[in-house]
Amino acid sequence: MKYSEIMVRYGELSTKGKNRRSFIMQLASNVRQALIDFPALKVHADRDRMHLILNGEDSDLIIPKLQKVFGIQNFSPSIRVEKDLEQIKQTAQEIMKEIYTGKETFKVTARRSDHTFEQTSDELNVTVGDAVMDCFPDIKVQMKQPDINLRVEIRSNGAFLSYETILGAAGLPVGTSGKGMLMLSGGIDSPVAGYMAMKRGVEIEAVHFASPPYTSEQALQKAKDLTAKLAPYVGQIQFIEVPFTEVQEEIKNKVPEGYWMTITRRIMLLLTDRIRQLRRGLIILNGESLGQVASQTLQSMVAINEVTSTPIIRPVATMDKLEIIDTAQQIDTFDLSIQPFEDCCTIFAPTQPKTRPHLDKVHQYEERLDIYGLVERALANIKVDQILPESPQDQENEFAELL
Amino acid sequence: MIYFDNSATTEIYPASLDTYVKTSKRVFGNPSSLHYLGVQANRLLEQARKQIADTLQVSNEEIAFTSGGTEGDNWILKGTAFEKRSYGKHLIISSIEHPAVKKTAEQLTHFGFEVDQAPVTEEGIIDVNQLAELIREDTILVSVMAVNNEVGTIQPIQEISTLLEKYPKIHFHVDAVQAIAKIDTQKWLTPRVDFAAFSAHKFHGPRGVGFIYWKKGRRLQALMTGGGQEGEQRSGTENVPAIVAMARALRLTFEKINQRPEHLNHLKDALMKGLSTYDKVTIFSPEENSAPHILCLALKGIRGEVLVHALEEKEIITSTTSACSSKKNTASSTLAAMNVASALATCAIRISLDESNTVAEVEQFMVVFDQLYQRFSKIN
Repeated sequence: MKYSEIMVRYGELSTKGKNRRSFIMQLASNVRQALIDFPALKVHADRDRMHLILNGEDSDLIIPKLQKVFGIQNFSPSIRVEKDLEQIKQTAQEIMKEIYTGKETFKVTARRSDHTFEQTSDELNVTVGDAVMDCFPDIKVQMKQPDINLRVEIRSNGAFLSYETILGAAGLPVGTSGKGMLMLSGGIDSPVAGYMAMKRGVEIEAVHFASPPYTSEQALQKAKDLTAKLAPYVGQIQFIEVPFTEVQEEIKNKVPEGYWMTITRRIMLLLTDRIRQLRRGLIILNGESLGQVASQTLQSMVAINEVTSTPIIRPVATMDKLEIIDTAQQIDTFDLSIQPFEDCCTIFAPTQPKTRPHLDKVHQYEERLDIYGLVERALANIKVDQILPESPQDQENEFAELL
Repeated sequence: MIYFDNSATTEIYPASLDTYVKTSKRVFGNPSSLHYLGVQANRLLEQARKQIADTLQVSNEEIAFTSGGTEGDNWILKGTAFEKRSYGKHLIISSIEHPAVKKTAEQLTHFGFEVDQAPVTEEGIIDVNQLAELIREDTILVSVMAVNNEVGTIQPIQEISTLLEKYPKIHFHVDAVQAIAKIDTQKWLTPRVDFAAFSAHKFHGPRGVGFIYWKKGRRLQALMTGGGQEGEQRSGTENVPAIVAMARALRLTFEKINQRPEHLNHLKDALMKGLSTYDKVTIFSPEENSAPHILCLALKGIRGEVLVHALEEKEIITSTTSACSSKKNTASSTLAAMNVASALATCAIRISLDESNTVAEVEQFMVVFDQLYQRFSKIN
C-alpha cells in the first residue's frame, strides 16, 4: 500500500502550556533532521498534530526512522484521495483486501472536519462500512476493540484513510531541555544513560577519554560506533575525544596505587566540566550505577563529585545491571559494548582501589600533580567529530570501490 | 566460442577480479592483527559480510565464510553430526544430492551414523510424503538441494519447510549452490531453513571461496579448528581478497536478478522447442519446476562424452551432467535416481546458461546440433 501522508500525534508535550509552541517547533526540526535523506518529504507541524507529506518518498524507510524520534506518542500512515465517495469506497476496499485475512473484526471511524462534505461522519461510517461488506460479506463488525480500525478523515485538502497506528518513542523532543555532556566510556551503562537523557529532551554531546597507546584505536572506534547508535534519535551527535595519556601516566607516577582511580575520575570530571563550559552545556551525564564498582560507592561519588558543583545526572544510578542490559539490547548497543577492548577506566586499574577514599588524602596527593597544566594541555588537544547515524559512512566510502 | 557450461563454473566478472587484485595489494593485513592494517582488513571483511547478509536479508552473524560449496556441505553435515550425536544418529538426504553431500553422508555411516535417501519422482523432484515417512525420533538432519545441478529441477523446499515445522529440532540444510540469484530467494531460504551452502565461482566470483547461511541459535561443531576465526567456528586466516571479490560478484549478480529469469527462460524455451523436434532426443529437465539455466538432454545412442566433444569441435562448450562426475565415466546419479535407464543416462549432456548468452548463440547451437544429428543418424 503506497502511503501519501503520515499523521503524527504528540506525546507529553501536549501538556506543556505556553512552551508548547517551542516544543512543537523543536520536534518538527528533529523530525526533519531524522528524515533528511528524503528531500521531497514536507513536514507541517500544527498545534494538535504533525503531518508528514511524503510526496512519493518510501514510507517503509521512513517509519523506522520516525519511531526513534522522541516526543511522538504514535503515528498513522495514511492514504490521501480526492474527496469523492467512489474513490473513498474503492480505497477502503483496496486496503481491506490487503490486510484482511478472513479472521479479523473491523470498524470504520469516520471524521469530518470539512463540513462542506456531502456526508456526515455517521453517514460516512455506514457508506464505507457497506463498501467493505460488499467485498467481504462474512466480515465481522465490532465496535469495541476491533482488530482493524479503518479511519477516514475528511479534511479541506482531501480524504485520508488509515488503518494502522504505530507507537512512537514517547518522551520529550531532544533539545527542549538544553544540552548535557555525556561521559561515554564504551561500557554498557553510559550509552543507556545517554539514551535515557535524550528521551527526556536533553541534547547530548559525547565526551570520550583516549589514552593511546594504552587504549587502542578499536576502543576509540567502539565509542564512536556506540555514539552512532544513539545518533538516530537526534540526527547527529558531537563526539569529543580528550587526550588522556599524559594525565594517566602522571597519576601512575606520582599517586599511591589505592588513589589512582579516585584521582583519575576527578580529573575526568574536571575536564568534562571545562568542556561543558566551552561548549555551553548545562549539565553532565554519566553511566554510574550505585555500587557496581569501586568508583561507584557513595563515598567514591562524594570524593569524585567534589571537583564541580555542576549538576551531574546519573540516569542509571538506581537501575539493576540486568535492567540496564535490557535497555542496551533494546537500543542495540549491548553487542558493541561487550567487545573486549581496554578503555581508560580499565588500564592502570589498581588491584585494590579505595572504596572509601579520604578527601584530605585526595587533596594531598593531587598537590603532587600539575593539574592546571595537565588540564590545559588536554583541552588544547581535544578533537571534535560529528557522528551521524550508522557512521561507518566513512568506512563505506573507504571501501566503496572494492565492494 | 559459445560457453554453455555455466553450472560447472562461470567466468569471473572483471569487476570482481579487479577487487581481488586491489584488495590483495592494498588491504593485505591479517584481520586478526591488532595494528591498523589488521583493523582495516577486519573492517573490510565485516562490510563484505554485511553486504552479503543484506542481499539475502539475513543478519551479519548468520553468514560464515568457507572455501566453497563442498566445504559448506561438509561443515554443515559433519558439524551437525558431531554436535547432535548424543540426540540421534540418523540423517536424511535426497537421492539427488551433490556428491559433496552424498559422500559426506556416506563417510558418516562409517562413524556409526545412519543415512536414508529420500527418493525422487521420474521428473527428478523429491517426494515430500516419502521424505516424511523417513523421519524418525533420532533424525538430526534433513539435507535437500534447492536446484539440482544435473537436470535443474527445483526442489520443494517450501513444502519440506512446512513438513519440518513439526520437527523443530531437526537441522534443515539446503545446498543452494545452483539456486542463488537464479530462482527467487524466498523459494529456498524459508524461515524454517537452518543452513544453506554457497559457492562464489557459480556467480562470477573467484574460486576457493564461498559462504554458509547459519541461522542464529542453531549449533554446529567446527570442522576447522585452530586460531578461532569466524567467531571460533571456522579457523584459518580469512581469505579477504576472495571474500570481498565474492561480495562484489554477488551484488552485481543480484543487480540483474529481475531480468535474468526472463532472459534465461527465453533461451531455454528456444532450446527446448528446437530440440524437441528431434525423435532421438530426450529432454530430462521438466518443463515445470525447473531452473531457468539448466537443460539436461540425451541423444539416443550417442554417449554424452562423444556429443560434448563433437560440440566442442564446433566451439560450443557443454558438459556431461555434472563437471564433478564427467571425467569418471559414470552415468549421472541424478538420472539414475529418476529411474532413467543407464543406457540412456550415459548419453546425457548438460547445457547450462548464463545471462551473457544470447539468442544468436542458441540459434548457432541449433544449427550445429542439426548437423551433428544428421551425421550421427547415419552411423546409428
